[in-house]
Amino acid sequence: MRVPISWLGEYVDLPENVTLEHLHAALVKVGFEEEDVHVFGVTGPVVVGQVLEFTPEPQSNGKTINWVQVDVGESEPRGIVCGAHNFVVGDKVVVSLPGAVLPGPFPISARKTYGHTSDGMIASVRELGLGDEHDGILRLSTIGLDPEVGADAIALLGLDDAAVEINVTPDRGYALSIRGVAREYSHSTRASFRDPALAVTVGEASGYSVVVDDATPIRGRAGCDAFAARVVRGVDPTRPTPPEMVARLKLAGIRSISLPVDISNYVMLELGQPTHTYDLGKLQGGIVVRRAAPGETLETLDGQVRKLDVSDLLITDDSGAIGLAGVMGGLATEVTDTTTDILVEAAHFDPVTVARTARRHKLWSEASKRFERGVDPTLGPIAAQRVADLLVQLAGGTIDPLGTVVPYLGAPVPIAFAPGDAAALIGVDYPPSEVQATLELVGATVDATVDRWTVTPPSWRPDLVDAPSLVEEVARITGYDRIPSELPTAPPGRGWTRSQQATRRLANTLAAAGLTEVLAYPFQSAATIERFDPGAPAVQLANAIDPQTSYLRRSLLPGLLETARRNLSRGLTDLALFEIGHVYLPTAGTSHGTAELPPGAVSLDVDVLAGLTDSLPAQPRHVAVLFLGDVVPRQPGAAAVPSGLADALDAAAEVGLALAADIRPVTGSHPVLHPGRTAELRVGDTVVGVAGELLPSVARDLDLPGVVALAELDLDALLAVGATEIAARPIGTLPAATQDLSLVVAADVPAGEVRDAVITGAGELLEDARLVDDYRGSGVPEGSKSLTFALRFRGPDRTLTAAEASESKLAGAALAGQRFGATLRE
Amino acid sequence: MSEITEPAVSRAVEAALAAFAEAQDSAELKAARSAHTAEGSPLSKLNASMREVPNDQKAVAGKLVGEARGRVNAAAAEAEGRILVAEETARLAAEAVDVTAVPSRRRLGARHPLSLLMEQMGDIFIGMGWEVAEGPELEHAWFNFDALNIDPDHPARGEQDTFYVEPADRNLVLRSQTSNVQIRSLLERPLPLYVVAPGKVFRKDELDATHTPVFHQIEGIAIDKGLTMAHLRGTLEHLARAMFGEGAQIRLRPNYFPFTEPSAEMDVWQPNARGGARWVEWGGCGMVNPNVLRSAGVDPAVYQGFAFGMGIERTLQFRNDMNDMRDMVEGDVRFSQQFGMVV
Repeated sequence: MRVPISWLGEYVDLPENVTLEHLHAALVKVGFEEEDVHVFGVTGPVVVGQVLEFTPEPQSNGKTINWVQVDVGESEPRGIVCGAHNFVVGDKVVVSLPGAVLPGPFPISARKTYGHTSDGMIASVRELGLGDEHDGILRLSTIGLDPEVGADAIALLGLDDAAVEINVTPDRGYALSIRGVAREYSHSTRASFRDPALAVTVGEASGYSVVVDDATPIRGRAGCDAFAARVVRGVDPTRPTPPEMVARLKLAGIRSISLPVDISNYVMLELGQPTHTYDLGKLQGGIVVRRAAPGETLETLDGQVRKLDVSDLLITDDSGAIGLAGVMGGLATEVTDTTTDILVEAAHFDPVTVARTARRHKLWSEASKRFERGVDPTLGPIAAQRVADLLVQLAGGTIDPLGTVVPYLGAPVPIAFAPGDAAALIGVDYPPSEVQATLELVGATVDATVDRWTVTPPSWRPDLVDAPSLVEEVARITGYDRIPSELPTAPPGRGWTRSQQATRRLANTLAAAGLTEVLAYPFQSAATIERFDPGAPAVQLANAIDPQTSYLRRSLLPGLLETARRNLSRGLTDLALFEIGHVYLPTAGTSHGTAELPPGAVSLDVDVLAGLTDSLPAQPRHVAVLFLGDVVPRQPGAAAVPSGLADALDAAAEVGLALAADIRPVTGSHPVLHPGRTAELRVGDTVVGVAGELLPSVARDLDLPGVVALAELDLDALLAVGATEIAARPIGTLPAATQDLSLVVAADVPAGEVRDAVITGAGELLEDARLVDDYRGSGVPEGSKSLTFALRFRGPDRTLTAAEASESKLAGAALAGQRFGATLRE
Repeated sequence: MSEITEPAVSRAVEAALAAFAEAQDSAELKAARSAHTAEGSPLSKLNASMREVPNDQKAVAGKLVGEARGRVNAAAAEAEGRILVAEETARLAAEAVDVTAVPSRRRLGARHPLSLLMEQMGDIFIGMGWEVAEGPELEHAWFNFDALNIDPDHPARGEQDTFYVEPADRNLVLRSQTSNVQIRSLLERPLPLYVVAPGKVFRKDELDATHTPVFHQIEGIAIDKGLTMAHLRGTLEHLARAMFGEGAQIRLRPNYFPFTEPSAEMDVWQPNARGGARWVEWGGCGMVNPNVLRSAGVDPAVYQGFAFGMGIERTLQFRNDMNDMRDMVEGDVRFSQQFGMVV
């Protein structure tokens, strides 16, 4: 809401030499955030001049300029070059003299042009910042002015006014008016407030048929609950709008259009009540307010033919729809230059009805903005009268007894309120007298004759519905700066949960291991989802920002790959990335969500609540890593070490370290990973993830060079299987016995499984088994390999003999033999 | 057979000492030892002649030879020590490297500062006895809107602002605030309740310097008997001081949110801001609207409390003097790496 200072000052006492800063500070105090300031940006000397004579001078460029002698109230006339031709001798015009600055900023100086020294400039409406008109210079007679020559045109045209712009929160529609802001300014500063609504004397009017017939109210609320209409006859719509009104509208952000429209807008800004003017001559029969019929259309003022929805509320006459209630009028009944008789409408429409219609037609008007946020329902007759009065005063009309008042029959609901409620919620000991005075200040009626007060809010405050909303008024008007600071004592807490600790440890572990954390967007394309998880269902957004990426990720890997590509494009070629985040895994064939949406503000049945939660798709947390380029770069005396599967597996082991889970790789497969370099990651028998190198074809498609190593693990699954407490074993201190074991097995037998067999077979004396060699070649049969394990034995209570260690080793070899046909290599 | 005479012994000793003194490295010393102390060396031969010495002269000869062997062995040990030091010194000199160019075998990683900041803020609340809670990002509209007293026709529920899951009439959304966790905490936990919920939220804004469709918030809710707006201010001030230093202050300005009444906009006085102390808009807060408590089955006649929320990106922006939101979301490793493990 933009508030011109001069206008505000009509309804509330402002300090002398009031500044925009002062206004902002005063309004912020009562909850209106500062948005902007608006000024015309015109400084003098800008004066009224009169054209004494002019000479048209054709130029070589084809233009004709006028060399004009203008009387600006000085001893001698000034010579000014003017490109416009819309004036005659004797016209009074606006002259910016050298030293003046017009909006732009555009400083004026005496300058040589077209062979003359132009001693100033004759201004157009646009050059003065008053409007868009630039067809010629502003002739003051056309806006009804005949000022003295030499008079200050800045004050004359209201160009010395300025406006503050404030943000009005959606609960306080009444403040979308000068009336409302003046009231709030008075609350903030205790300056005296004069209600402009009380300055209007509402006359009697009747006989115009208006029927409100809402057959299908939305959410039980009638679409229209008050309607006032006034007729003004003999209007001249072509009369100029007074410059002060133009200037105020302009500062308020509304362009001057025609006198009747300007008056309607002016009254809306003044009182907060939108009004509409119809050309009475174009109306057919009485007015009916009703919902649209199927298939009905309306051409609105902006020239668009709108297909109406059956829940759109309409103003209609015998011809059909003539207005979209509270949103925009129809073109057919618009007031034009030839209109003589005007019907003024000032009605009260339901916020929800208007909001839905505005949203449906993407038509947000100044009127709909106000109705959505709540207009004082008692204002209609006052606003209609005010518009009629101004039409009489400025457009030469006469007010007609024809009209209607469908009165507002509702009333604000009284609120039970204890004077101590404010202290109990705010923590400030407000005396009851202060509470009462504050509530009365905002317009409420307080019955304080009993302990439990009854507070009736004013008609313009539909937001005041319960005790806390009244408490807010008390706190707001008396100042939030009075609220003290007190630290509450929470009961002893549980600290970070195991899962939270684990997640943090995991992130720190990976970062310490050299990976950089990234947070990618979860939006992916259908093709990506299909490529990484063929046939799997994914959550699709109904209103994605980019329709190309309307699905939610099932895997963190595409996001990491995309991030890697972005880094590469910036010349960062060696990458180790990780992300911890949710993936979204809908169940195939399940319709997630619910058709029903339970209401708020009531306690729901446990089953209903469980039903809502159970309807959500699974969204476990995953952790994923990516390696690209060199894990160790080329350095003096050291060759580069390219990253690969080993890094992904090491990272998986580090994930296991952080989560107390023994993660083991087994041979695996994945749609985008190298068939020979993919490991399924398991804890015990539970599959927790995958690691591998990206298929070259996929890497090519993504413009990623070389080997890309990846791993992704299900963090929630890992937490479920990871150890919560570690059962410690005693550490043996007796001497160890070490022996090597070489086993020959078929080349395709995974070494990890042979090792598992050796460990199981060797039993408790074996403390550690490490694969130290994988040999293929002479001495080993074709198609086989020799695996050498370094074994470390230790007895729990005695120093082992070589024979005991050998026996254990051979037991391990025997089990490997049983499982994989492994033979001892001689 | 050598006769053990003083000159003979003396010659052997002198020769040995000279040889040891001349030895420049372990190999030469080894050769000198072999020549002067090993089997077949003059001294060894003299020693062997002891058997031939008549008994009455054995004491004198023995002393002579013994002293000689002592001197020779001591000289050998001395030479050995000297050479060890020399050789080690030479080795150290040879092993010197340019410590500014030693090949690195491990790289340094980094946490994302947004994650670190959420953890740090969580730590502050844990320190006050609060608990940190989480909830689903893909949420039922009831938890995201209705339970929070957001009217079914509230503009924020429009498809302009909130991401809906297809088909939209199944009422699933990407949560537009972490307040869903407030409701879930109220439903799941015993009262009194002091909980913060950091996490990811989603709004339909195009990515630019000041907006991102995916961002992070931390929200808090405290529900107890007798909590007031003064407790809200106290809590926020504690947080502000923990984050911005002792001089930090909180300023509340009236505002409107459906889920709180009274509601306030909070500004923080950032005493340590680069470019000078200043007030910064930080977030929204207020006393929990009774309708929110009713949605969660809590009797507002008995319990009341406060809630607050602030953007993590916004906090990082003014706390760490950053200008462009895009740096936080694009995953450029240089961004996180300037923070390392510390935000």
